[in-house]
Amino acid sequence: MSNSFLSFSSVTKKITMAIAGLFLIVFLMVHLGINLFILPIHDEHKEWFAAAAHFMGTNWVVKIFEIVLMAAIVIHILMGILLQIHNWMARGTRYKVAPKSKTSFMSRYIIWTGAVILLFLAVHFYNFYFIKLGIVEAPAAANIPHPQEEYFYEIAVYLFTNEMIFNILYLVSFVFLGIHLNHGFQSAFQTLGLNHKKYTPFIKGFGKVYSIVIPLGYMIIPLYFMIFG
Amino acid sequence: MKIKLQIWRQKSPKDKGQFKTYTLEDVSPEMSFLEMLDALNEKLITTGEDEPVAFEHDCREGICGCCSLYINGRPHGPAEKTTTCELHMRSFKDGSTIVIEPFRAKSFPVMRDLIVDRNAFDKIMQAGGFINIDAGSALDANTHLIKKEYADEAFNSAICIGCGACVAACKNASAMLFVSAKVSQYALLEQGKVEGKERVESMVAKMDELGFGNCTNTYACEVECPKGISVENIARLNREFINAKLS
Repeated sequence: MSNSFLSFSSVTKKITMAIAGLFLIVFLMVHLGINLFILPIHDEHKEWFAAAAHFMGTNWVVKIFEIVLMAAIVIHILMGILLQIHNWMARGTRYKVAPKSKTSFMSRYIIWTGAVILLFLAVHFYNFYFIKLGIVEAPAAANIPHPQEEYFYEIAVYLFTNEMIFNILYLVSFVFLGIHLNHGFQSAFQTLGLNHKKYTPFIKGFGKVYSIVIPLGYMIIPLYFMIFG
Repeated sequence: MKIKLQIWRQKSPKDKGQFKTYTLEDVSPEMSFLEMLDALNEKLITTGEDEPVAFEHDCREGICGCCSLYINGRPHGPAEKTTTCELHMRSFKDGSTIVIEPFRAKSFPVMRDLIVDRNAFDKIMQAGGFINIDAGSALDANTHLIKKEYADEAFNSAICIGCGACVAACKNASAMLFVSAKVSQYALLEQGKVEGKERVESMVAKMDELGFGNCTNTYACEVECPKGISVENIARLNREFINAKLS
């Protein structure tokens, strides 16, 4: 056990989780940049989306980053769960009166917003990433030709226009992502020791804007298909 | 004032414990919270209603860190930057109910009633909260040039009285604010920097070993700290920790 990650100190676990979290924060922006091509923002938006998807699926630099991304996801989730279990154990007997301290609910419920995002991630992997890996097939009703990973645009449009439950889960998940990011963004910097009167207000402000703009960007896509079909 | 009290009663560390309700009349708004408890104990002893309530106190002027108590959902009660001993009954309304619980954390076991064992903090201090090097006797002024800003920050960290309110307030029962204040008070001064790396590593290791939770940056500790210790100290601890691991 002495060399396993379980024996790492609490601060090491948190720092690892923060670094993974910051990587995921940057990834969200890249992913959104590609997703926005699903919307008819240009005459050739479908071709652009296909080209971006093709690039992401074949470029060797991206392939390396894909491994880093999967590692970041696993580390962030695993550390989050490990730390949380330990945190629950540390209280012992619970208080009779619920804490009245003025703290942000976004930070108090970070584990639960994270759990909703994890649920979304499972659905998202099932709908897209596992198709790319060849583990599952796209819904038969969508009539997606093979190789299906070449047709992510068609799969996305099919889900956004035919699966209302998917849209609702999608929208709700991104609200939770916003709440998660609102705390997580500045929290990661604090854990990495970056807290200073000079720049922390900027980090907090930027984090708040980021936690609204990025999820909103993702939410525009299903909203567009729900409204315009 | 007439006050209804719901107080945690527990005879020994192994006793299951329970809440008991007491009523106290003729409470003066000018009484401190501990004087109110003294009055309750006097009543319990003279009437034979119950055994007196055990609670910790010493200086009663907000500097010893002895008093604790989780009052109506907040460590040290409703007043900002105030220890329980300096809290006054005027902070409560006539006829109100006050729930008094001991600080709750696995690392702070209840000894009796409202008294918890906070030896865990002493053990963390023993792990590194000191200076081994010979710092010499009192030096002439200005032989060690210290920036005023650092001197002030070190002082602001050093005013932590180790009461444990940060642990009691934290949803994770984390001791990071306490440990970071102690790490910071040394890390900011030349004499403390000599053993800085060993100090932060051993104090964090001891904190983990004693079963305190992990900081999730909710900052309830800073809100409830009677001495106003800033969470900037926690960031400094993290910096010191990264520095110790990487160099």
